[in-house]
Amino acid sequence: MGNCALDQDTGSQTLPSPVRPRSSGGRRDLRLDLFRGIALWLIFLDHIPSNVVSWVTLRNYGFSDATEIFVFISGYTAAFVYGGAMRERGFIVAGARILRRAWQVYGAHIFLFVVYLAEIAYVTGSFDNPLYAEEMNILDFLKQPDTTLVQALLLKFKPANMDVLPLYIVLLVGFPPVLWLMLRRPTVALATSVMLYALCWRFDWNMPAYPNGQWLFNPFAWQLLFVFGAWCAVSGNRHIRSVVRSPATIVAAAVYLVFAFAITMTWYLPRLAHFVPRWLAEFMYPIDKTNLDMLRFAHFLALVVITVQFVPDDWPPLKWPLMRPVILCGQHSLEIFCLGVFLAFAGHFIFIEISDRVPMQVIVSMLGIGIMISVAWLLTWYKEMESRGAGSGPPKRPDADLAGGHV
Amino acid sequence: MRRVFTALFGVAAYAGGAWAQPGDACISAEHSVHAQAGLPRVAAAVDESHQLSISVSGTASSVLPGPNGTGKAYPARLEAALSGRLPGVKVKVVNAAKQKQTAAEMAAEFDKLLAEEKPALIVWQTGTVDAIRGIDPDDFRSALNTGIDKLQAAGADVILMNMQYSPRTDSMIAADVYSENMQGIALEREISLFDRFAIMKEWNDEGTFDLYAATKNPETAERVHACIGELLAAFVVEGVDLARKPKEEVR
Repeated sequence: MGNCALDQDTGSQTLPSPVRPRSSGGRRDLRLDLFRGIALWLIFLDHIPSNVVSWVTLRNYGFSDATEIFVFISGYTAAFVYGGAMRERGFIVAGARILRRAWQVYGAHIFLFVVYLAEIAYVTGSFDNPLYAEEMNILDFLKQPDTTLVQALLLKFKPANMDVLPLYIVLLVGFPPVLWLMLRRPTVALATSVMLYALCWRFDWNMPAYPNGQWLFNPFAWQLLFVFGAWCAVSGNRHIRSVVRSPATIVAAAVYLVFAFAITMTWYLPRLAHFVPRWLAEFMYPIDKTNLDMLRFAHFLALVVITVQFVPDDWPPLKWPLMRPVILCGQHSLEIFCLGVFLAFAGHFIFIEISDRVPMQVIVSMLGIGIMISVAWLLTWYKEMESRGAGSGPPKRPDADLAGGHV
Repeated sequence: MRRVFTALFGVAAYAGGAWAQPGDACISAEHSVHAQAGLPRVAAAVDESHQLSISVSGTASSVLPGPNGTGKAYPARLEAALSGRLPGVKVKVVNAAKQKQTAAEMAAEFDKLLAEEKPALIVWQTGTVDAIRGIDPDDFRSALNTGIDKLQAAGADVILMNMQYSPRTDSMIAADVYSENMQGIALEREISLFDRFAIMKEWNDEGTFDLYAATKNPETAERVHACIGELLAAFVVEGVDLARKPKEEVR
């Protein structure tokens, strides 16, 4: 996948203490890889249209979904990796690396856009059902290819399901000064982020989209999760450990998760909707994904609180061979994310050309995850081979895909 | 290429096909159709004047192409089905669908529609055009609210109808945000949402209709519309029943 290339950062491996993962000796926190791997699988399953397997995914059982996990962990690992670089080599070098990473993500996004164009052109060209005359208007945008393509290059025209990478690009481009501040005054950096979140809600800030409207994932809102992840990596662990472990927090988190589950059920079973009091519905709805609704953010936090109770960083299953595949996927997040979007398109193609029945949906889902695992394994192999091939050169430093250290 | 695929997945596809029960099962989706709110104005028209006038405000998915398209689309089917379900009542359904109109554009024309037809009920089918054009969800929402305000101010009942389930274009039209907003508005305003998307998805999943099929043959489309009209009639009758019950029971 041409542009989904590996980060080739090289340099020393020692990290200064604040950016070290909290387990001793700089050992990588495999939980990050594990959960990012799971998030990538869920995003893949959710992107296959009308897939029965997507019933297992997070978004059906609460307010937040895999996007939150992905953005949070991306912020965490970005601070972890580039924070080390910034302390050692300074603002310019680390900033340049971050921007190079953003450029890679941009290339990956454009690659996926071309895949999308191919699919949409195929589907609309081969499909002529009077029932769906209206839906075929999606091809209208190709009537002005000049405008559309330029708008896509400007990240303003973003087809369905292609909103996460542009968000990631903007977050990375804005990250160097945030990281600079984060390494000196982590709490000030986090407070600034909260302020920006509040301001974007107050003044409706968002990025413009083409042909109308605004970005589906508002970067001014979603940066909160990214910066919060970075803050956890740099200093958060020390500060919030006692809060996260306190019984009151755990109970509150559990209650909130149950509440969110109950509310979500009323979306799927309209009969239950009558049990939601009117005042509550008025308070809650709409749950604004574009602007990272507080209900979603709180749901993600509650999930984290509960998860860290059950999954400590020395959790034995992290070492089980069975967990290896998902962890590998989490370690190559950009490549596997791109692959997942591509495979979702391919799966849709199979549904159209062969069958869209339930067994096929299961096969396509399993096959897709199998391919993601194989490619992640292949990428790991490449990386190991290349670092071995470097011989006497300096050891490779961790890249933004990795939560820290070598595999 | 295709042959390889077919060979690979043929067995699974066959097994899947065997589960499906194609046929006249369009009413099977009836259990996913539930009126959430009463239709007092319709109930009054049925009980008192024995004349029921309904307008459908919508876009291209409320009509079928071809010379007889309008007669075979769901609004006409609704008229026939409702006449059957409400004996002694003169039912008239006006199809005011226009191509490529957003919710805001439709809402702007409601004054004219209300003045001309004075309907007891407006079925407002919307969402698809807004999703295709990527209208700002907030603007979509306020357009819905504006439209509902107008209709209710004129004393008409409102049923919202969301988009069609279109498996081929499902991954290309980001419809979620718009259907969620319609659901949210329906809850807030205590009006009924006819969940066309869920119904058609169920038909496709159950194999009642093959919505993936690439065909110029209008037969499936006509049957789908007939079933939609049938279910919509049941939905309206349910709303009438809800309106007749004392309020406490409804709650």
